[in-house]
Amino acid sequence: MKSSILSRRLLSGILLLIFVLSAQAAIVAFKFTDPAKEARFQKFGNELRCLVCQNESLADSNAQLALDLRRVLYKMIENNATDKQIISFMVNRYGDFILYKPPVEPSTWLLWFGPFVLVVIGLIILFRVVRNTRKQADTELTAEEQKQLDLLLKNEKEEPRV
Amino acid sequence: MARFLIPLALFIALAVFLGIGLTKDPRLLPSPLINKQAPAFDLPRLFQPEQKISQKEFIGKVSIFNVWASWCGACRQEHPFMMSLSRKNEVTIFGLNYKDNRKDAQRWLADFGGNPYTAIAFDKSGRTGIDWGVYGVPETFIIDKKGRIRYKQVGPLYPQVWQEKLLPIIKKLQAE
Repeated sequence: MKSSILSRRLLSGILLLIFVLSAQAAIVAFKFTDPAKEARFQKFGNELRCLVCQNESLADSNAQLALDLRRVLYKMIENNATDKQIISFMVNRYGDFILYKPPVEPSTWLLWFGPFVLVVIGLIILFRVVRNTRKQADTELTAEEQKQLDLLLKNEKEEPRV
Repeated sequence: MARFLIPLALFIALAVFLGIGLTKDPRLLPSPLINKQAPAFDLPRLFQPEQKISQKEFIGKVSIFNVWASWCGACRQEHPFMMSLSRKNEVTIFGLNYKDNRKDAQRWLADFGGNPYTAIAFDKSGRTGIDWGVYGVPETFIIDKKGRIRYKQVGPLYPQVWQEKLLPIIKKLQAE
């Protein structure tokens, strides 16, 4: 009994270790002396897209091209390249697609502002629907309708429903 | 009536947009290098390692620059067409042997029908490939007489795409 718990713990420990190591593997290959530079490397690694496996970031991808681009990124950061220099290096070669966050420009306005426009349209529709139903509720009864209502209420009193 | 027609119209519009999206290949990305000067490089040649080749080679004629590698499966598929192209002599064909091993690349050409290229730049590190925005071998660039990139094909060349897309552009550029 005791040994099975122990071996289970050992197994989960090993699995955890494998998981941690594989998660680190893509990044650890580059050594930085300055932690600020390492942070920049991580930041760009996560903001840039791998072009081979398009749903992975440069930091996550194991594609050969991603490794090569990480190497370029590493060198640029070690040489104190500015953010602008790094971004334009990547965009000049691969286009805006390499950025997870596309720049705000006329061709991307729909992408950036579309959701807000939809929210505003939704709010306008909601507002109008609510106002309409309230209007209906507020309408007064005509004399004819009032008479019918009185009759119904009277009948109700005389013959209570079971 | 409008109560039903408006959501229906919205649904149809959405379906049409999504439908168009499905027909597009997400792997084909527009190259920012189109109409720009070919990125500079200075690489040894595949067959004459002591000789160099640079982007200056493109000046004065319309050429295609084909990125290939011996490890690339689609390149093998493309190779017979490249051979037929080189026999037709319609356009100068340069090659960029991308992230390859010199011996493997030479043997690959010998094994699969010959060498269609006028000259091949040997980019072992892949650094020139990065400057050219290469992300999916094979890729083919059309370069005009002034050494500017005018078109990029991602993926293998085959007769249909050549006739419909690349050849008209090359004809036009040759007439310029």
